[in-house]
Order: sequence, then structure tokens, then C-alpha cells
Amino acid sequence: MNNFTVEAIDLTRLYGGREAVSNVSFTLSKGQVLGFLGPNGAGKSTTMKMLTGNLAPSNGSVKICGIDMIESPKEAKALIGYLPEMRPLYKELTVDEYLTIAARLHRVSAGQIKKAVEVAKERCGLGHMSKRLIENLSNGYQQRVGIAQAIIHNPMVVILDEPTVGLDPIQIRDIRALIREVGRERSVIISTHILPEVEMVCDHVQIIDKGKLVFNGSIEVLKKQRIGNKLLIGMHNPPTVDEMLKVAGVVEAESLPGNLMRIRFADDAAPAEAIVQAAVNKGWGLHQIAPDQTSLEDVFVQLTYQEQADQAPFVSESVAA
Amino acid sequence: MIINVARKELKSMFASPMGWVILSLLMFAFGTYYLNGVNDYFAVMSGAMRPAERTGVTQFVGQNVYGFASFMVLFAVPLLSMRLISEERRSQTLPFLFSAPISLTEIVLGKFLGLVAFLSILVVFIGAMLSTLNIWADIDFGFIVANTIGLLLMVASFSALGLYFSSMTQQPVVAAILTFIALFALMFLDRFFAGDPSNTLASLSLTRHFQSFSGGLIDTADIAYFGLFIATFLTLTVRRLDADRLRG
Repeated sequence: MNNFTVEAIDLTRLYGGREAVSNVSFTLSKGQVLGFLGPNGAGKSTTMKMLTGNLAPSNGSVKICGIDMIESPKEAKALIGYLPEMRPLYKELTVDEYLTIAARLHRVSAGQIKKAVEVAKERCGLGHMSKRLIENLSNGYQQRVGIAQAIIHNPMVVILDEPTVGLDPIQIRDIRALIREVGRERSVIISTHILPEVEMVCDHVQIIDKGKLVFNGSIEVLKKQRIGNKLLIGMHNPPTVDEMLKVAGVVEAESLPGNLMRIRFADDAAPAEAIVQAAVNKGWGLHQIAPDQTSLEDVFVQLTYQEQADQAPFVSESVAA
Repeated sequence: MIINVARKELKSMFASPMGWVILSLLMFAFGTYYLNGVNDYFAVMSGAMRPAERTGVTQFVGQNVYGFASFMVLFAVPLLSMRLISEERRSQTLPFLFSAPISLTEIVLGKFLGLVAFLSILVVFIGAMLSTLNIWADIDFGFIVANTIGLLLMVASFSALGLYFSSMTQQPVVAAILTFIALFALMFLDRFFAGDPSNTLASLSLTRHFQSFSGGLIDTADIAYFGLFIATFLTLTVRRLDADRLRG
């Protein structure tokens, strides 16, 4: 018996012969927040539907805390809280009525329902909206009701499909804090295409493209790839590339238009100081030196649009490790 | 769990004006029929009719009201059943039920029972209304019980069929029209075969099976017919929803 909360094994889903998701395998442990990234139509939502038992996989299996979704769906579903892309809200009901129904359907015992509703409302900042019809709530508050129904029974696994869509920046910050809080004791899977969000909230990232996992690993790996060992230097009298290479630690230099130069340095080196020193000594006219970050977007684009072979070394370390 | 789904349906039904409007309009119509029935009874029975030809007040008024009720639910049920699944499909709320720890059978049974519970308010009210005749007459309660059971079974069959058509489409209106046409055909099937009453198709008619109840007779064959009718359409609904999960 392992302590994985989610185990997806070779998940495959065919739509009329076309593979929407093919052979996606991953595992998730308690206390982890997994970010699901991918362009539109990559298969994020399809994978989530299969994880929550809303869609039968064509092949492969899903286990929630060791319970097979296909063999005993009721027991497995009881451990999941799910917010689909389209919020499943009964708009003719009030927030309290709706959350009470959600609690009841998710087997919260009769005596605990009131308390569960109160706690969920408080966590999602819905306290003063109790008696309002869901229909009359703003988009952001409706989203919060959606999240509240997903966490009301305190599930082991919370699966949120694009939870921050349509929220204002302050609400987004609240929801991210909530996701991190839930992720401390439970497992959370969120899908998003807001890349910085993944860096802020998730411990693990999966990038899915055309139904295939193209990256599966810790957020640190992605960050490292993003930040890299690069410096961008601006100088009024730039030296030649050869001259720059003489500075200790610099392994690669490249001249850019606008008197700029990009250098790459060895993993254990910190050549910034040496470069500044050299610039002063040799009168390069240094006016700018900064880490050159590839934006997360660039990494994302690289990963999803490169050919499969190019990324092979990058698909390292699985989440399970 | 079935109860929880049914409670949710009832809540939704009472949260929209549709439920209240149908309840009140139908009760008004039945009340009017009841009053007319009582008036007519005096007009008809106090006349020159020979005692041997006279019928009891229960049967006279009861047949009037129950006959009308079985016809009116033909319009009411499609209007109430149309939203059950198609509306959820359209507003994409089905994942809420699918990802809860309840089976498809429980979802379908819950929805069915919710609707039947709502409609049984009408049936119970009609029974109570007719029972008030007992204040000044000595009425035949057996007749009322048989009719109540018959009407309840008929309403339940209508609901099962309505639920099935509701599961087939995203448009509540389409579901309502299909349900209405199917029910209408099933109700009046025996009229089409009036010349040949022994035809097998004619015995599928819902009206024919309601007739024995409306005469005050509880026949197990008719109960079995309604039971099978309900079970068939509920099973089909479960299968239709399961196809959603499989085909996506």
C-alpha cells in the first residue's frame, strides 16, 4: 500500500478514433499541488473528467487513494471534490441551499451539514452572500460558490478546472491562498493557462500537449530551465566576444543589437562581479547587468511546439520520484 | 441518497414559478369540476330518473373529477418533466451529480421520485377534496382509494416517460413536445383500434389500464403494466446517461 492520493495509469481517451488523451500516467501524493498546463484542446479537461469519473477512459485506470474509479466509483468519488470548467451551479437556488445540497450529496452526515456549509463559505469568503440567489451573484462570486462546493466535504483530492478564470486580481490572490492552504493537507490538481499562477501555487507541473504529457516534474526544474545561467549586459563600448570569454566563469557570449551582450556561465560560477570589475578596468561603459530570464511563456512554447525528440532530456524526474 | 436527489428536485421545482403555477391552476380546475359535479348530481339524480338507474355520489362526482384529472396530467407532466435532465445538460450541471458519490440509478430514481412526489401533492389533494363529500353523504372510500392509486400509477408512468425524453435532448421544449406526443399516442392508442379491441397494440394503451382503476377495481395486471412501463423507461434513462459517460 503506497500513499498516493491520485494514481493515473496509461489514461487514454479516444473520440471517434482520434486520441484526445493518450497514455497519460502520473501519481500525486498527499500535500502536493499539481498544476496542469497546456494549450487549448490539449486534453486537460478530458483528463480531469476521467480522473473524476465523469468520463470513462478508453484505456487505463484511475485510482484515488488506492480505490479504483471503475470498480468502486462511489467510494472513489466520495474522496474527490471537483469543479469543472463550466460551473455546475443551480442558479435558482440560494448559496446556502446549494451548498447544503452539495454537502448532502457528498455524504456529509446530517449533523455536520450546517457546520460544513459555514466552514466552506468562510474559506471562500462567501459569508455575507448566504441568502442571495446564485443567479444574482457576480461571476467571481459564482466561481467561489463553485470552489466551495468542491471543498465542502473536505475531500482528499480537490480537482479544479481553471479555478481563477473570471476573477479580479484580489480574488485571484485569495483563491490561490486557499488552494495552497488546501494543498497542505490534501492533494490539489488545478488546470490553468496562466503560467505565473503555476509558479506561485504548484509544487509539481505537468504540461500536456495534443493529449500527451510533454513535461512532468517539480516546479523547480521548470524554474531552473526558465531562469538559466544567463546574464544580459548593456555596455556603451562593448568588447568583442573573445574578450568577454576571458572573464572567469563565462562559457558563452553573444552580441546582440543595441550594444547588448548575452552571456551564459557555468553552473557553479557567479561571474557578475568579475564582469563589473573588468568593465571598470577596461572602460566598457557598463550601464546594465541583469539575469536574463526566459519567460515561462517561452519555456511553455518551447515545450509544446518543439519536436518530441528535442525535449527528451528535459522530461526528467517524474512526480512520483 | 435517492432521497437527497429527490429533495433537490423538489426544491428546484418549488424555487421556480412553474411548479406553483401548475399546482394552483390544476387545483383550480379540479375544484371547479368537483363543484360542477356536485351541482350536476342534484340536477341529474333528483329528476325523473328511476332509482335503479341512479349511481352514488362518489362515483358520479369521482368519475367526473378523475376522468378530467387523467386528461389534465397529460399536459402537466411534460411541462414539469422536461427540465429534469435536459436543463441540467444545457446549463452543464450534470457533472455536479456525476462526480458526487451516487450511482446513475440513484440519480435517475431520485429525479423520478422527486417529480412523482410533487405530482402526488395533486393526487392527494383530489382525494382529500372528494373525501369532503363524506360530510353530508356516506361515500365509498374504496372507490376513491382505487382511483388515487390508479392516478398515481398513471402519473408515475407519465413521469418515467417524460424523464426519458428529457435525458435525450438539451432542449427542454423539445423534450416536452416529444413527451406530449408519445403520451398522447399511448393514451389514445385504444381509440385507433376501436374496431378491433382485441388487438395487442390496443392493450398497450395507458387509458385502457386506467379504466379498471377508475371503475374502482384494483387489478394486479394493470399494476404490473404500469410497473413495467415505469421500470422500462427508467432503465432506458439510466442507459442514456451511462452513454454520456462512455461516449463523452
